[in-house]
Amino acid sequence: MFNNRKFYIAGFVVSLFLAGVVSFYASSSPDGLEKVAGDIGFIETAKDHSNADGTLADYGVKGVDNERASVGIAGVIGVIGTAVVAGVGFNLIARKPKKDGN
Amino acid sequence: MDQRRDGKSVSATRKLGGAIRLPVADANCLHYPFPMHIPDGFIDPQTSAVFAGLAATGVAAALKGARSQLDEKTAPLAGLTAVFIFAVQMLNFPVAAGTSGHLLGGVLAAVLVGPWAATLALTVVLLMQGFLFADGGLTALGLNVFNMGIVGVWGGYGVFLLVRKALPKNKSSISLAAAIGGLLSVPLAAVGFTIQYALGATATFSTATVLSAMVGTHVLIGIGEAIITGLTVSAVLASRSDLVYGWKNNKQKLEIRNV
Repeated sequence: MFNNRKFYIAGFVVSLFLAGVVSFYASSSPDGLEKVAGDIGFIETAKDHSNADGTLADYGVKGVDNERASVGIAGVIGVIGTAVVAGVGFNLIARKPKKDGN
Repeated sequence: MDQRRDGKSVSATRKLGGAIRLPVADANCLHYPFPMHIPDGFIDPQTSAVFAGLAATGVAAALKGARSQLDEKTAPLAGLTAVFIFAVQMLNFPVAAGTSGHLLGGVLAAVLVGPWAATLALTVVLLMQGFLFADGGLTALGLNVFNMGIVGVWGGYGVFLLVRKALPKNKSSISLAAAIGGLLSVPLAAVGFTIQYALGATATFSTATVLSAMVGTHVLIGIGEAIITGLTVSAVLASRSDLVYGWKNNKQKLEIRNV
């Protein structure tokens, strides 16, 4: 059994590694929905994302030309951002009201 | 560089929320993760609004459910699960010629932290992707939360419960049941999309065509989902089985019966 600290550090480091390093090697083929939409033809009805030119749009950092760095940094930002939002959110949800009136 | 390897024009694919950005000077365009959730435009605004309402209702119920189920010991695992799903959703794997897929993660989350928290974890991931990474249209957020955070989580978790019941009560059964639940959760989510398409597509292609293509492709993606879900659940069971919802609540039932 891992202790708590080791377990969570390991899980977080694995996630950082996957999003920050391994993501560069992900398949670039269209995914299931995109492939089906392209084959059948309704892909033409897709609109540009309202944030399509955002700094992190499409899992790349605007202005970082090196593709490996661009996707890696975007992945790391996503992992940290998700950790903050989900970490804070779930802890607030789990917090039980104290019976002594605190 | 005007054509991708599969011959589709860049301009057509770039419409997908800019899902594919091909810098003109970049010859190395083969490595790029671009998970694509439903973009704006596929489904009309009225239908999208209905599903936004359904998704919001589901998320509100999940908040209530998770409040009574999570405690200070399991909440961090729910956070880590969301983080892990975000990371692994970036890793598209090839499933057939010219097609890739990525983890949805609904059953993985449900088995690790319970279905209520799983719906919330998927919702957080989809919010991050939609707002930060332009992945999944903002008007389509309800559609995506409904398919992956509700249909995928609860449908797949139902399959997990049925399979778990039929298997011996040990850790490998939990991993196997999670894998099978994951396998089926992906075509279930694809059916969710097809229902949305039938109700409110802006295109006019037949629903039957979309259904068979969506389910056919997503069964293949489900195989990847099954492998990742099974392996991850085994790894967490091996290191911290005391935290795993789908294992703890199985043991509890067993203990009660034995008393």
